[in-house]
Amino acid sequence: MTTNTTRDAATTAAGTGPVRAGGGTSVLLRDLTRAFGVTRALDGLSIEMAPGELVALLGPSGCGKTTALRIVAGFEIADTGSVLVDGKDISSVPAARRDMGMVFQSYSLFPNMSAQDNVAFGLRMRKIGTGGRRKRAGDLLDMVGLGPQAGQYPHQLSGGQQQRVALARALAIEPRVLLLDEPLSALDAKVRLQLREQIRTLQQRLGTTTLFVTHDQEEALSIADRVGVMSNGKLEQLAAPDELYTSPASAFVAEFVGVMNRVPGELRGGGMVTALGSTMPVRGHIPDETPVDVLVRPEDLTMQVVEHGNGIVTTRTFLGSVTRVGVQLDGDVAVQVDRPSAESAALAPGASVSVSLPGQPVLVATRRVS
Amino acid sequence: MGQATQAPGSRTDPGVAGPGPAAGPASRVTLALRWLRLVAGVVPFGIYVTLGLLLPMIAVAVGAFQNNDGGFTFSNVSAATHGIYLKGFWQSIILSLLTSVIPGILGLLIAYAIFTAKRGKVLRQVAITAAGVFANFGGVPLAFLFIATLGSSGLVSQWLTSLGFNPYDHGFTLYSLTGVVVVYLYFQIPLMVLVILPALEGLRPAWREAAENLGARTWEYWRYVGGPVLLPSFLGCVLLLFGSALSAYATTEALTNGTIPLTAIQIGSFLNGNVIAGQENIGKALGLGMVVIIAIAMIVYVVMQRRAARWLR
Repeated sequence: MTTNTTRDAATTAAGTGPVRAGGGTSVLLRDLTRAFGVTRALDGLSIEMAPGELVALLGPSGCGKTTALRIVAGFEIADTGSVLVDGKDISSVPAARRDMGMVFQSYSLFPNMSAQDNVAFGLRMRKIGTGGRRKRAGDLLDMVGLGPQAGQYPHQLSGGQQQRVALARALAIEPRVLLLDEPLSALDAKVRLQLREQIRTLQQRLGTTTLFVTHDQEEALSIADRVGVMSNGKLEQLAAPDELYTSPASAFVAEFVGVMNRVPGELRGGGMVTALGSTMPVRGHIPDETPVDVLVRPEDLTMQVVEHGNGIVTTRTFLGSVTRVGVQLDGDVAVQVDRPSAESAALAPGASVSVSLPGQPVLVATRRVS
Repeated sequence: MGQATQAPGSRTDPGVAGPGPAAGPASRVTLALRWLRLVAGVVPFGIYVTLGLLLPMIAVAVGAFQNNDGGFTFSNVSAATHGIYLKGFWQSIILSLLTSVIPGILGLLIAYAIFTAKRGKVLRQVAITAAGVFANFGGVPLAFLFIATLGSSGLVSQWLTSLGFNPYDHGFTLYSLTGVVVVYLYFQIPLMVLVILPALEGLRPAWREAAENLGARTWEYWRYVGGPVLLPSFLGCVLLLFGSALSAYATTEALTNGTIPLTAIQIGSFLNGNVIAGQENIGKALGLGMVVIIAIAMIVYVVMQRRAARWLR
């Protein structure tokens, strides 16, 4: 990065318009594998990110998402595979020369520097003059709403403020790629929501290609252009949030994202399955083993109050526009059904109901042994 | 809520802290009891400091200005700051500086090597245990160890001589200030390793990675982040080594038999009764001098520490 490009960015960062018209960098993670002893943290991970795109990697602890991020940052070396930025393989480029801004999960501000000096650190490493550094850092702190706190040290800032300074610090070097390693997980719910929105706004305004790692599905679904769900070092599915929710590619994704019911079913020939008295086509992978469960979301189940139905209402939780109703079905199967709150008055605990499946294609999974 | 449920002892609790009519004798007793309960935990330490440090220091300070009849005199202080005693102070300061700064740097480097070593847990445990043993190995046994190895007829000296290099032919002698410095390094370096390791472990890996991510090379990380963060602890450790070296007595005494003028040894000779009649209190003046040296070192430390750690305030 040259002094000029940074200076140019400095003049635009504080503005309201997009900083990089049509900017952004493409990133390609190609068949990455990484093992720690006998544990395969990454197992052939491939992801292509378009310029300016925000991709979230979502998955349970130990699924390999942070390892992937650290390989992109240059803090880990992949056993096989490569990372391409704008078509160039950067696998052998040291972390300090990758021009990637990173925000860490733990507060990683340098404790001996004020907020302003923290933000200016990357510029100092790039030999930007004191005046330029100060102006750029000031602009970025204003941008994250911390201009008045410029002279304060990290221990004088709250957790949310520290992460905002860390974000400004990562953006100060005008990174080609922004890497966010669970930056919100240590914050309380309210601050997390505010900062999440702020990150998304800034990312869209600056057009910086961003890889965001989180285990919080709500965070991933609300912030990302596309979400990659990972399990055991593999990418289960990479799709837009709505597609991920409505058309999960696997049982793992279906159950990891959102709430999913399991209803006992029986496979028929010709890719059909029967459950709750309905027969419908199976979507996606059909397990070899039986018995199976049909996976269905609470809002996809239909329910009517009837005498001598196939279930009894056990709980009722008001969630705003919808009410989530817990139903105990015959055969000791518990499901959750979402109903519009306006139509839920009669669904008191103890009420007899009839729950049925829609006729549309459904996902099935091998039944769990409890 | 509010006043009715206010916790006793809070600022506006009239029964405890308020100066108004409610603050009667009973509440004063309560207050006194509460204060006693608060300070009770530090009373043993206070007694220890008073008996072991404050009272002896006062006795030394008073005695330094008394003649044999108990009258006031400057002669003790005057004698302690001239001639062989003045040389003793200088030698002690030089010895303490050398054996605090050199082990300070070497100990930091060794501790860093231990800290960053792969398979660090086992190495760290072994190193800490070994450092603990070496740091506490002093006095006559240590002097004997060095006489047996680096003395003029010591094993190492003989071995070096057989290789064609007799250190005693090149100006080295164990029974000089240089020799004492070498001996002091033996326990000062491990002591530094022991006391600086926790500070090194306080350096968060995320700082290193964040600096690297922002374009810093290793030396830039240490210059701008690691070094400044570590500096207050380093200064504190060096001061500890300085004090340790200044007051060390038995090893040097056993090694040199008092031939090197060091204040601690000179005070020892006064304690042993090797004094000229009428000069008994010079020893107390020397002790006062050591208190002054430590006080100056602490002032220097406090000033440097405040500058180095202004980000902690």
